[in-house]
Amino acid sequence: MEETITSKTTVEIRPPVTNIGVIGWMRANLFNGWFNSILTLAMLYLCWQTIPTFIDWAFINANWVTTSDQCKASDGACWSVVTSNIRFILFGFYPHDLQWRPLLAVVILVGLLIYSQNRNHWKKSLGYIWMTGLFVMGLLLKGGLFGLESVESNNWGGLPLTLLLSVFGLTAAYPVGIILALGRQTKMPIIKSFCVVYIELIRGVPLISLLFMSSVVFPLFLPEGMTVNKILRAQVAIILFTAAYIAEVVRGGLQGINRGQYEAAESLGLSYFQTMRLIILPQALKIVIPPSVSILISAFKDTSLVVIIALYDLLKTTQTTLTDPKWMGFSAEAYIFVALIYFVCCFFMSNYSRRLEKELDTGL
Amino acid sequence: MADTPIIQIEEMHKWYGDFHVLKDINLTVNKGERIVICGPSGSGKSTLIRCINRLEEHQRGKIIVDGIELTNDLKNIEKIRTEVGMVFQHFNLFPHLTILDNLTLGPIWVRKTPKKEAEEIAMYYLEKVRIAEQALKFPGQLSGGQQQRVAIARSLCMKPNAMLFDEPTSALDPEMVKEVLDVMISLAQDGMTMIVVSHEMGFAKSVAHRVLFMDGGEILEQNEPNEFFNNPQHERTQLFLSQILD
Ligand SMILES: Nc1ncnc2c1ncn2[C@@H]1O[C@H](COP(=O)(O)OP(=O)(O)O)[C@@H](O)[C@H]1O
Ligand SMILES: [Mg+2]
Repeated sequence: MEETITSKTTVEIRPPVTNIGVIGWMRANLFNGWFNSILTLAMLYLCWQTIPTFIDWAFINANWVTTSDQCKASDGACWSVVTSNIRFILFGFYPHDLQWRPLLAVVILVGLLIYSQNRNHWKKSLGYIWMTGLFVMGLLLKGGLFGLESVESNNWGGLPLTLLLSVFGLTAAYPVGIILALGRQTKMPIIKSFCVVYIELIRGVPLISLLFMSSVVFPLFLPEGMTVNKILRAQVAIILFTAAYIAEVVRGGLQGINRGQYEAAESLGLSYFQTMRLIILPQALKIVIPPSVSILISAFKDTSLVVIIALYDLLKTTQTTLTDPKWMGFSAEAYIFVALIYFVCCFFMSNYSRRLEKELDTGL
Repeated sequence: MADTPIIQIEEMHKWYGDFHVLKDINLTVNKGERIVICGPSGSGKSTLIRCINRLEEHQRGKIIVDGIELTNDLKNIEKIRTEVGMVFQHFNLFPHLTILDNLTLGPIWVRKTPKKEAEEIAMYYLEKVRIAEQALKFPGQLSGGQQQRVAIARSLCMKPNAMLFDEPTSALDPEMVKEVLDVMISLAQDGMTMIVVSHEMGFAKSVAHRVLFMDGGEILEQNEPNEFFNNPQHERTQLFLSQILD
């Protein structure tokens, strides 16, 4: 007995096989205890039942580019609802032979977003590049200059409209939100109470009611004969709504900054605006990257609410396609497609925010 | 010492709400003079020096810095702040900026110095506090003693006429106190006007022209260091000194 014990202690002790590798991992995470084991088995059974069926439906038996009759005869997915209507889903009522213009606008936008991801490009020139890009995009959509045929904004729709509303909405809402947050912090009573009332009021109503007011109530107050573009009104409603949420998040960030930072900045003789711009906001905004991105993501998805004021955003064009008797009943496929587009955009945002957070980390 | 006053405080009072923190403060600091303020915690030392660059507002009496009286005029306040450097207990470096950017910020934005020149000034003072090799690091990567030396250099870059120190070594681990005091001593040798809140008696003895004792919001006693430490007049000064010396 004793001999075996002493010899054991002299050899190098390795962890028991069951603690490492795949088996160890499974033991630690999937089968630790009877409850988790049962749960794991149940989930495995569920996957076994659903995944192969889904793959059959979505890929193996799927119809990619067929007529609706062929679709109806088959029991696979009917992606043809997307492929045959892709131009309407993506561009709505935009004139058919001019649809290269919104397509190009979207390509420019995506290009700008990808270009701006790189922090080395964050210079003054980036601002000019964006301004030029936005101008070109507006020109492409609207036309009427340089021999481009003019297109009424009533005919804008689909993906460009969704992207336009969200990208413009979010970029404009952020500065407004920052100003509101700073306003809420000042000692000037009038500005302060205005900001508080504004933020609380907006946060107290759903976006739908704001959109509704901007499209139905607001025009009642305009002088006879004066109209404000419907898209612009929706856009303003989205900006005002999102700004209130951003303001609260930014305020949280401002509260996270130590008083000492203000004092150090002030004791160097920096003015209020310099202190905010150079010292406080860069730190506060860094803290609030994760909650800001949550707001951006939900604001992006909320743009689909513009359907209630009869704007044809991406979701509405898809719905409209499905009212065509030929394609009725293929809503699953159509919505999966739209969901994918939304997912890609949101994934891009959250992924980017995580990278930005890491890059801006200075260890304190 | 030429008797040109840089800081004059006359019959100054300050309240926090109902609480009378500073009572009838009279203090004149001449150019090149070095003053150490000591006293028990809560006696108003920080509040006093924070009034000098208007991080706190006084309610009665006068404070005149470099010939400018401190009023609510924002321009005057900003002007005085550029003339008076301040070093804090907790360093208060800007964590999102590199050491070099911490130093050039004031010169570039307040003094409108060209960037290149501001960087030369910054490197000069980083050499002076013996930390030039860390210029491109961030504050979070430095030790406490190094951070405080950077904070001193940051103030010096503004070429101030006077420097205020609020317990600059009391947040530091003991082994780092000396490196900061050495920098302050060399500053004193260059003739900088300094007001230092500190309980470092060795520093006070070797550098100060005058030591002030504060208690309960008043300046109870002031004297040149040898007299002050060897022959304290006030009972509370004696008590305080006996407590910190053992
Ligand atoms: N912002 C403030 N509001 C109210 N009371 C304060 C404030 N700051 C300091 N005090 C009080 O004023 C007194 C003096 O504080 P301080 O000047 O920081 O003392 P010291 O630096 O000598 O320790 C203390 O009793 C402290 O509690
Ligand atoms: Mg103090």
